[in-house]
Amino acid sequence: MTLNELSAGQTATISKINAAGSIRQRLMELGLLRGTPIEVVRFAPMGDPIEIKFKGYHLSLRKEEAATIEVSPSPSSN
Amino acid sequence: MTTPAAPLHITSPPAGSGRQAHWLALAGNPNSGKTTLFNALTGLRQKVGNYAGVTVEKKVGRMFNLHGQEVQVLDLPGTYSLSVRSPDEKVARDVLLGTVSDTPRPELIVCVADANNLERSLYLTSQILDLNLPVILVLNMMDLAKAAGVEIDIKNLESLLGVPIIPVVASKEVGLIPLKQAITRELEKPPARTWTLPVEIESEVQALALEFEKAHSMDNATAFANALAALSEDEHTIHENFPKSVHSTIVNAQAKLEATGLDWRDAMVESRYTWIQSICAQVVKQGDPNAVTMSEKIDHVLTHKVWGWITFLGMMSLMFFTIFTVAIYPMQWIEALFGALQSFAGNHLPVGVVRDLICSGVISGVGSVVIFLPQILILFFFIGLLEDTGYMARAAFLMDRLMNRVGLHGKSFIPLLCSFACAIPGVMAARTIENPKDRLVTIMIAPLMSCSARLPVYTIMIATMFPTDAVSNWQKALIMLGMYLLGALVAFALAWLFKKTLMKGRTPVLIMELPPYRIPAIKTVSVHLWNRASTFIRRAGTVILALSIVLWVLMTYPKTPYATPSVALANSVAGKIGHAIEPVIAPLGFDWRIGIGLVGSFAAREIFVSTMGMVFNIEDADETSPPLKDAFNDARRVDGTPLFTPAVCISLMVFYVLAMQCVSTVAVVRRETNSWRWPIFQIFYMTGLAYIGSFIAFNAVRFFFGS
Repeated sequence: MTLNELSAGQTATISKINAAGSIRQRLMELGLLRGTPIEVVRFAPMGDPIEIKFKGYHLSLRKEEAATIEVSPSPSSN
Repeated sequence: MTTPAAPLHITSPPAGSGRQAHWLALAGNPNSGKTTLFNALTGLRQKVGNYAGVTVEKKVGRMFNLHGQEVQVLDLPGTYSLSVRSPDEKVARDVLLGTVSDTPRPELIVCVADANNLERSLYLTSQILDLNLPVILVLNMMDLAKAAGVEIDIKNLESLLGVPIIPVVASKEVGLIPLKQAITRELEKPPARTWTLPVEIESEVQALALEFEKAHSMDNATAFANALAALSEDEHTIHENFPKSVHSTIVNAQAKLEATGLDWRDAMVESRYTWIQSICAQVVKQGDPNAVTMSEKIDHVLTHKVWGWITFLGMMSLMFFTIFTVAIYPMQWIEALFGALQSFAGNHLPVGVVRDLICSGVISGVGSVVIFLPQILILFFFIGLLEDTGYMARAAFLMDRLMNRVGLHGKSFIPLLCSFACAIPGVMAARTIENPKDRLVTIMIAPLMSCSARLPVYTIMIATMFPTDAVSNWQKALIMLGMYLLGALVAFALAWLFKKTLMKGRTPVLIMELPPYRIPAIKTVSVHLWNRASTFIRRAGTVILALSIVLWVLMTYPKTPYATPSVALANSVAGKIGHAIEPVIAPLGFDWRIGIGLVGSFAAREIFVSTMGMVFNIEDADETSPPLKDAFNDARRVDGTPLFTPAVCISLMVFYVLAMQCVSTVAVVRRETNSWRWPIFQIFYMTGLAYIGSFIAFNAVRFFFGS
């Protein structure tokens, strides 16, 4: 499952990042590492981009980049 | 001098242990409150310029250490990493590495971290520690961290990192004295790097570092940091961020790392984070992860599917309402002031060329631009407010999808919107766009948005089109709206075209932080306003002055003695140009008189109205004056047919929608793109577009409505 497939309010843990090159590097530098717990806060009113929360801060990404981040949804997530 | 100088007046401190910093840089993530701290430390003692050769803002300020000595402070552009992704970040990296020609390497780096966001902030901090320069770590926004229940063991963190750590609340100027104390202390290098890469990768990085050490005479620590930054580059970004001479060296090193079969790119980030996480585990106690912050509550409304749009529209309407209502008063004062200046100069200077030049050339020319200053300032104020509260990122979040369609970024929206009032703040606001190509495309299309200087032209032409009250106001308003829409649509079409051709590039990736909302510090907003306004006046002022004089000369010489102003104007160079270009503009429905209006308004669109007033011999013409409208309606071509037919009126309006007739914008684009190439390109493409657009409009109206 990838990050863009989660629904708003759902939490998950990052399992793999498939982005390449400098974008991959930047995502990781911002703290999107394997094992990082993450929450999808909302989708923008027009459906894209999405807002995520991790390590105590909020970041927005387009679905295109979010689709490169594989996650395993938290079992307890509502 | 044999008497020892008092310690307070030591100007060149002895080398070695006793040395203190006199040149320091503030570094930190975007939104870390770095600039707020910069303002708190330096007050208004700052100078804003550009780094040589790039359009990245260079802010240098002065402060005094506790010994009363002056310290120069550089506010570096915000960056997340020394592996750079934009020109702004590149400047920050290069200054820290000491490779910028016009900026000496800082003696001390004050690293600003958001206390609420320590783990991510420490990423850049640790890269800076690698440089082996003296560092002070400032933990900003301690009040918010405390409120969120975040506890940081500062003593412990200090001993783990080996650098002084100062907790502050920059917006409330809390903690500045301890910070100044730390700055006043003698310089001390941080302990050597303790985080490590996997052995095979470490040795390759060291090998590359050694090459940099030799090639650029860098110390080992700097060369190592440079090597890490270099290795993180992509094939297509390497030429933007590193000099050509080292490309092959870097690519070879990357190939060697690739050959090890290790996940080396990830390891470079992960190794560092492993080290950071082990530190954070020891010193940070996080607050309740399920607590909902005030900022999150606000975002429930401001990025909501319905309320988000309503508040967005509300805020933008408020901005425009303020511009068009509040700005009127200072604009009247400025008009009165320039009028008074003009009559003062007229009464006190001896009759002659100098008096005419000063009164009609300089004062009225400069006045016609300065009159827009209140609008520009109000816009700058709103932009500053949007930026400092954190709403700007939300606006980009809301609009990104729409802008994405033409290959732009959500951040292009606000600059374009501002351009509906005035392109100057719009062009300058494009600085928030990191990607240079997107910034350029945004600047290129911004002047197509109908700014307020076009309103007088639209108003008089619509009034001329419908001389009687036979047509209702809403139909007139519809035509006006049509002109605004035309500009916007053409702008978006061109953005798409430019992105496909001239400024080819992939649609920029959006990786944008949504910082917590903040109550803006008055100091930050006012410093912002002051910096932008003075930049505009200084940079545009000379160009505006020069062009005002040139235009005045064109419209005054050669003189026709004892002639009415309209005859004198017709005989002037401008008049002759009007005649000369008549064959060219005839297909648009324009005659030589309109030609003079076009020449006269080359520097500023709204001058069209007063120039046409001169052409038709009307004193003090403005867009609402009935005499000018009547004169337009009475105007006849040589063959006796009316000059201002509806087709001509529409054609003229379309011309003003699309043409670049604004020296101030040209001057600002020149400054923001750092070359004459782009403003000149802009003048040509917009004039060409205006010509084609008018031609189509003129013929279409004639074809469909027979007039």
